[in-house]
Amino acid sequence: MATPGLSPSVPTIAATDERPELAVLDAATLRAALMRMHLIRKFEETAEASYMRGLIHGTMHLSIGQEASAVGAILPLRPDDYILSTHRGHGHCIAKGADPALMLAEFFGKENGYCRGRGGSMHIADVEGGNLGANGIVAGGLPIAVGVGMSIKMQKQDRVCMVFFGDGATNEGAFHEALNMASIWKLPVVFVCENNKYGMSMDIAFAMAVPHVADRASAYAMPGVAVDGNDLPAVAAAARVAIDRARTGGGPSLLECKTYRWRGHSKSDRNLYRTKDEIETWRKRDPIRLLEAELTELGRFEATELAAIEKAAISEIESALEFAKASPDPDPSQLTRDVYAD
Amino acid sequence: MPIELATAATTEVRELSYAEAIREGLAQAMEADPRVFLFGEDVGVYGGAFGVSGDLHKRFGPERVIDTPISELGLAGAAVGAALTGMRPVLEIQFSDFITLAMEQIVNQAAKIRFMFGGKASVPMVVRLPAGSGTGAAGQHSQSLEAWFAHVPGLKVVQPSTPHDAKGLLLAAIDDPNPVLIFEHKLLYKTKGHVPTAPYRVPIGQAIVRRQGRDVTIVAASIMTLRALAAAERLAQEGIEAEVIDLRSLRPIDFATIAASVAKTGRLVIVYEGVKTMGIGAEIAAMVAENEVFHALKAPIVRLGGADSPIPYNPVLEKATVPQEDDIFKAARRLAGPEQS
Repeated sequence: MATPGLSPSVPTIAATDERPELAVLDAATLRAALMRMHLIRKFEETAEASYMRGLIHGTMHLSIGQEASAVGAILPLRPDDYILSTHRGHGHCIAKGADPALMLAEFFGKENGYCRGRGGSMHIADVEGGNLGANGIVAGGLPIAVGVGMSIKMQKQDRVCMVFFGDGATNEGAFHEALNMASIWKLPVVFVCENNKYGMSMDIAFAMAVPHVADRASAYAMPGVAVDGNDLPAVAAAARVAIDRARTGGGPSLLECKTYRWRGHSKSDRNLYRTKDEIETWRKRDPIRLLEAELTELGRFEATELAAIEKAAISEIESALEFAKASPDPDPSQLTRDVYAD
Repeated sequence: MPIELATAATTEVRELSYAEAIREGLAQAMEADPRVFLFGEDVGVYGGAFGVSGDLHKRFGPERVIDTPISELGLAGAAVGAALTGMRPVLEIQFSDFITLAMEQIVNQAAKIRFMFGGKASVPMVVRLPAGSGTGAAGQHSQSLEAWFAHVPGLKVVQPSTPHDAKGLLLAAIDDPNPVLIFEHKLLYKTKGHVPTAPYRVPIGQAIVRRQGRDVTIVAASIMTLRALAAAERLAQEGIEAEVIDLRSLRPIDFATIAASVAKTGRLVIVYEGVKTMGIGAEIAAMVAENEVFHALKAPIVRLGGADSPIPYNPVLEKATVPQEDDIFKAARRLAGPEQS
């Protein structure tokens, strides 16, 4: 951070000083953020292991390695704000405060899962908690966010709608239609692109003519900011600016979190399009360990305290798994019950 | 619900056009319920491509009658998002053909969200779709795609044939907690009929017998109802009494009314403007074939549908593409005429 008037090459903050993005986050907030990142990691590892053991079927899209972007972007939201999520949406769901036990029950297709076993991994929603749903269609949530923004504005509420999508979604027409409409109507929407470099196997560098997704914001006259998506304080700081802008009538913003998924696109992925070295390089930038290292280095948390947070997350997911396994299956006679509302 | 049903005792009735009836319904819904708004391409100052919204933008302002960019996919998604969070959006898709640009949001999102979320959300949105041929607008502005949507669980699909039903089905659709698609026929916008002044609803999922008859059942929808009724008058001159059923709703479909009529007449003609192959006629014929009423049939079922062709530009060809009054008359006469009984 440079002080005005000084050359940017002159460091004004010593390396051991706390950066402002981190300094604004108090201990309770950081503890909660770390807990949610651990919950996401353990949740997905557990889901993956359950799949490997044949306990659950279907497919899933894991966000392991992307936890800081989900938790960081949602951190400045209020509980009554809305999010819309993606097929890689477990992280957003947990970050918004969903109960991992009800999520795992949904994975297991159980009646007491979030969607009563009708949605599964790709359609988890927690409407009461402000999560208007994951989405199996790339860019499916983007136009919906426009309508949520219109609704907030028409009802004269001061809520914000944050919509997540991947880099691949930015080549869908829905992305461009949604950003344009949100901008002309100055809607309280925050567009969060989790750029994990690949749309399934297609490298974004080959799929998009501009270097950054954030560059595309200029076509819609809204701020476009790219941040290190593995840096939770950086993501949270950028998200806070966009959320404040949306809440105070300034209109939408586009936030690009550059991150990486450690796992393949889905269960069918054989990693033919990327190298082990590349994956390894990103694994060294584990968003959870990066934050933990910075916090211990600054002396804000003891290593034992951090270990206790992780242990609490492991224990919560273990009980969630037991809950999911013990939950009842849906009754086939109720199959069409919720096709229509009465 | 915010809109009171009209009662016969209190209701004044006068002549309105189909377009005016829809506009009156929109106005009454917006007056009664602040959650209702209309949006779409050129629905504001222009008054709608077919003049349906007319002066509504002056009466309700640009925040409730909203001109939009040409972004059908985005608009359909916006309707989903607004409906999910407490509003009652009414979206006009300028020509029903353009719904093809919005299929993703209608079919994958609007129709499925409630089910996929385990019944924990609902999507009370209305999409108005000017449809049908007869205007010389050729292949991309004349289609009848309603059967596509009737194939999708989670959607409701209606096709009003009269000004009375255009208003009543619109108000029912706005009150409905599900996504409802209203296919309005462009050739009907200027047709006139009796419309009660007060708000009222025509129940979605109820067909109506427009004409009683003992000899042959003609099941129709939208403008085909008018052609079927005209054909029935000619048939009557030859001593054939046709019963004409106006479906009004395709999904849910009122099979009970169809079955009761077929049980009486033993003969069935199904007439619809959408392409005949894999269309609503096939579904209705199959429903009859699967039902006990099949045994009442005295003759094979006849389907009259659109030709297996895009709608052509040339007016003679265009007319030849979809069933006309004379086609219905001839088909019913063949089925129920003296040589058959």
